[in-house]
Amino acid sequence: MLRSRWTKAAVFLLCLAPFVRLAWRAYTGDLTPNPIEFITHFTGDWAIRFVVATLAITPVRKLIHVPDLIRFRRMLGLFAFFYASLHFATWFAIDKGFDMHEILDDFSKRRFIIAGLVGYLCMLPLALTSTKGWIRRLGGRRWQLLHRLVYVTGIAVVVHYYWLVKSDVRLPLLYGSLVAILLGYRVAVALWTRRVRAVA
Amino acid sequence: MLIKKSTDIPYSEVTPKALYFNRRKFLAAVPAAFLGARELLSPSSRALAGTKLPALTKSPFSTSEPQTSYNDVTHYNNYYEFGTSKDGPAKNAQHFKTDPWTLSVEGEVAKPRKFSVDDLMHIAPLEERIYRHRCVEGWSIVVPWAGYSLSALLKQVEPSPKAKFVAFQTYYDLGQMPEAKYAGIELPYVEGLRIDEAMHPLAMLTMGMYGETLPPQDGAPVRLTVPWKYGFKSAKSLVKIKLVEKQPPATWNITNAHEYGFYSNVNPAVDHPRWSQATERRLGEFRRRPTLPFNGYADQVASLYTGMDLRKFY
Repeated sequence: MLRSRWTKAAVFLLCLAPFVRLAWRAYTGDLTPNPIEFITHFTGDWAIRFVVATLAITPVRKLIHVPDLIRFRRMLGLFAFFYASLHFATWFAIDKGFDMHEILDDFSKRRFIIAGLVGYLCMLPLALTSTKGWIRRLGGRRWQLLHRLVYVTGIAVVVHYYWLVKSDVRLPLLYGSLVAILLGYRVAVALWTRRVRAVA
Repeated sequence: MLIKKSTDIPYSEVTPKALYFNRRKFLAAVPAAFLGARELLSPSSRALAGTKLPALTKSPFSTSEPQTSYNDVTHYNNYYEFGTSKDGPAKNAQHFKTDPWTLSVEGEVAKPRKFSVDDLMHIAPLEERIYRHRCVEGWSIVVPWAGYSLSALLKQVEPSPKAKFVAFQTYYDLGQMPEAKYAGIELPYVEGLRIDEAMHPLAMLTMGMYGETLPPQDGAPVRLTVPWKYGFKSAKSLVKIKLVEKQPPATWNITNAHEYGFYSNVNPAVDHPRWSQATERRLGEFRRRPTLPFNGYADQVASLYTGMDLRKFY
């Protein structure tokens, strides 16, 4: 079932659902008394969820033996980039209104914005090289190496969120633990593989 | 008895203010009729309606700027005891019990006393004061509060010369405020003012807004309103006011002294470590607007801080 073209279409629509919901709320004027803040938080929340989901694909498909899940990794990653781009654009264009003075001021002084920017910039080359053509051009090994940048994104977005909240750190800690587990799994696998090799 | 129990339809239904103010200028697609209908049908906004207050005296301190809609002021709140999200307090504070209520005024005073809300309603004529309110987070609102100068209350208890500061404590009860567990700040919420700040006529003891008693999420039944300081200084749901000799603790200052000073006067020149304070977004407006020193009340209050380095005492 996971191999069906229809499953892929269904997952695509599912990933798009938050955006449709946001558009609907905008259309009906249901964006809370502070619409810009609401859009920023909404798109940021979904970006971080998709980053976590993308990072979860590999461990989940190995642990529960569903190799076909790999078919959705690129799509989830691109949706993470999609929501992160909306998040970034909302801040840059609507909240700051392209005011370069304020934007540069934020970049130089505010660590949570720097963390967010690092997370976003790391996604950029991954989105650009997400096609089969680019895998071929770069070669699988180099491509894979490059795409480990997503680990930096995972850490950066959690730090971004943690530094941003005033006092209630429940959600940043939740996402932080998920990212820690998902990256920890990879570290454990790498160490284990090395040990097995050393023994052999 | 000043608070009249209205037997006819609640004030909020007579005046659906959301219809009067164009809150979503950048989303012109909103059909006003739809919005209005939703306001009236929503059970939450009905339950939140306060009791109508008697005629209020007009105040020379009022701004002529357009008021923020009642809906925005009651559905976009920072009241961490009722949840840390902006829409949480409107939902979680609905059943907050504010009657009976006691506000104790004590400490370095000749006549310490406990006041009921009814007592407070009779200390001085209730005025309507339309104040700007600037949150430290960078948003602002314009609210027609109802109350009178805090000094009127303080004079009742006759502060002694030893009273150099005023400490405020707000209501705290996990039974009524289960969300408070996750607030991440030490509770009960406490705040403080210097005595001359507290006695300044602009500092207000507030029992109502928009001609009604305060809804729970906005600090029922009695709160502080200090319009030239960031919003968190204006403590809600007051239970104790203590006049003291030493500078009292203030919750956000204890939580993160680096980010929230004791004074916390609105100051566009002193950034919050994590964001600029130069501009603010007025709820209902699209563009940010410049933030004014002392939130636009510099003419009245700047003299309180003559000779003080406001970068150091932020």
